[in-house]
Amino acid sequence: MSFTHRHLLGIEHLSPVDIGAILDLAETYVDLNRRTDKRSDVLSGLTQINMFFENSTRTQASFELAGKRLGADVMNMAMQASSIKKGETLIDTALTLNAMHPDLLVVRHPHSGAVDLLAQKVNCAVLNAGDGRHEHPTQALLDALTIRRAKGRLHRLSIAICGDIAHSRVARSNILLLGKMENRMRLIGPPTLMPSQVAEFGVEVFDDMEKGLQDVDVVMMLRLQRERMDGGFIPSEREYYHRYGLDAEKLARAKDDAIVMHPGPMNRGVEIDGTIADDINRSVIQEQVEMGVAVRMAAMELLARNRRAELAA
Amino acid sequence: MRDILFSNAHLIDPEAGTVHQGQLLVRDGQIAAQLAPGDLAPEAEEVDCGGRMLAPGIVDIGVKVCEPGERHKESFRSAGLAAAAGGVTTIVTRPDTSPAIDNPETLEFVSRRAAETAPVNVRTMAALTKGRDGREMTEIGFLLDAGAVAFTDCDRVIENTKVFTRALTYARSLGALVVAHPQEPGLSRGAAATSGKFASLRGLAGVSPMAERIGLDRDIGLVEMTGARYHADQITTARALPALERAKGNGYDITAGTSIHHLTLNELDVADYRTFFKVKPPLRAEEDRVSTVDAVRNGLIDIISSMHTPQDEESKRLPFEEAASGAVALETLLPAALRLYHADSLDLATLFRAIALNPARRLGLSGGRLSVGAPADLVLFDPSAPFVMDRFKLQSKSKNTPFDGQRLQGRVLATYVAGQEVYRKS
Repeated sequence: MSFTHRHLLGIEHLSPVDIGAILDLAETYVDLNRRTDKRSDVLSGLTQINMFFENSTRTQASFELAGKRLGADVMNMAMQASSIKKGETLIDTALTLNAMHPDLLVVRHPHSGAVDLLAQKVNCAVLNAGDGRHEHPTQALLDALTIRRAKGRLHRLSIAICGDIAHSRVARSNILLLGKMENRMRLIGPPTLMPSQVAEFGVEVFDDMEKGLQDVDVVMMLRLQRERMDGGFIPSEREYYHRYGLDAEKLARAKDDAIVMHPGPMNRGVEIDGTIADDINRSVIQEQVEMGVAVRMAAMELLARNRRAELAA
Repeated sequence: MRDILFSNAHLIDPEAGTVHQGQLLVRDGQIAAQLAPGDLAPEAEEVDCGGRMLAPGIVDIGVKVCEPGERHKESFRSAGLAAAAGGVTTIVTRPDTSPAIDNPETLEFVSRRAAETAPVNVRTMAALTKGRDGREMTEIGFLLDAGAVAFTDCDRVIENTKVFTRALTYARSLGALVVAHPQEPGLSRGAAATSGKFASLRGLAGVSPMAERIGLDRDIGLVEMTGARYHADQITTARALPALERAKGNGYDITAGTSIHHLTLNELDVADYRTFFKVKPPLRAEEDRVSTVDAVRNGLIDIISSMHTPQDEESKRLPFEEAASGAVALETLLPAALRLYHADSLDLATLFRAIALNPARRLGLSGGRLSVGAPADLVLFDPSAPFVMDRFKLQSKSKNTPFDGQRLQGRVLATYVAGQEVYRKS
């Protein structure tokens, strides 16, 4: 097995071969997850701790389910409510955790780079479940698996990511992953929500959504965070929906068989028309959630293999 | 006191713009004569310089010593030892302590602490507004009487232009120098990096380099309006340079500085969120670094400072955006600056113009030169001696240097203040 990483901190450090290895293994878990008996024992005996320093229901549930199906002992720590409020630093939290001997640590944190910092200080495998506006690697992997299954391949596709790119770790990880797999990337959104010098990432940038969607294979929508409105990034929700909300008229510019994706949770009527989100011929949003569990199972299994080998050595 | 003869030296004379072999005669703590290599010298204690470089000691504007308030990060004793080890013979301290140095009583406390414990000269700057919060000007007159050499709110921009205008006008009437941080505060608020590809990739909140230009433009307008004596603490971007050049061309009393870190490092050095590389303003793109070096060479930027900012481990071992800004640099200023010499970007006379002569001139101090009558504040160094930087060998109480583990070239052999040796390399 070529996958030699100790942690999964971002897509940046993965090779196309690594990505392929995770997706191939995830396919086997898609099958397992559809059976009545979903149990496996590849993580049996290992302890998985989910540490979420930022609110999350969906991602945390997905990681928890993935760990339980693989037989790990899973513990959730809601970090917002606990020691952070008492002034404990991230490093001290890491030292406390080390003493509990976890094997897999799943971390979400509101600051970019915080998960990297934690990974330097703990003795176990760390999975980044989203750090600030930096990376969210398992989201990009589940998106890749969804695309590969829907399109039959993960290269030479024309893929548009639309919305608040600047504040999105999902967008960053997807740009990196889909770029590594040699797809044609387009970013669509108002210029106030574009990262600076983003064109240097080898992407095409559009502020006109209809032009940007022309002939694409995949339309990936991003959630518009409500707080962006207060920050003065856009004038109003209704103007945003008019210019950047995905409706039938704009989607008609894409290829006839283009798929529609959204990392959830959706704001219907803000970034996406509800009827499109529910259109089973176009929307793969539910499948993304399903792939999420499978991809997380695969990533944790690969890290656990390396972890066991490291402990045995 | 006996005369001292520094023989067999290469003298770096920034005033003459020369580096030449010679001898230096010191009498009563002052430079008494520059002699040619073979010249007969009067009876004196001889210091054989072994053919190494002898230069005026560094005058460092903008050093943070954490007294009062955070003596565990840096005291006058530790900062003084660090300065001596780095060839810095005069440190000019910042008032961004806690509490701020914004009244004559605090300034007198600081001056007394410095005189009692630091082996080098210490001069103090005072805050321009009370508590450095940009609302009311400090007692500039009393503070001048107490020895303040300049007035600054450090990295805080006085956002209220009316308050800043009044402070500049009042300072002008007393001939006081105002040191400001050119930055547009709205654009730079919350930023941890310079906006661009690197910040985008790392997901860090960025500030456009234009924020510095806009801040400088505003300040230049106010200088034109008030006629104040003005020094920009750090110019670090290419875009700000034409504005600075025009302002100087118009004859305003404006000078500019930059930090050693912005001359020798760029944003990519931050790599995987290395917080020792978090400084304020943030490190810039390589093109900006090169333009800033060029501006020092041609004299548009007058002064290089260490911007010495001690931070303890706890302040730095945090996620990048939450970590404190600043780096210690008293001991690394000279070896880092010598990178520019070894890269043929700056010659030694130009370097010492920027780290010794110009800062002394701007503050009206007599050091920073090798002319007769100047204080014998001297640094003897070997510009080529290689070493690997080990942060735990620093004299500073705080060890937050971005140069840890890096190969540097150039070591201070000895430092003299008023002819007295205050440091000798063991």
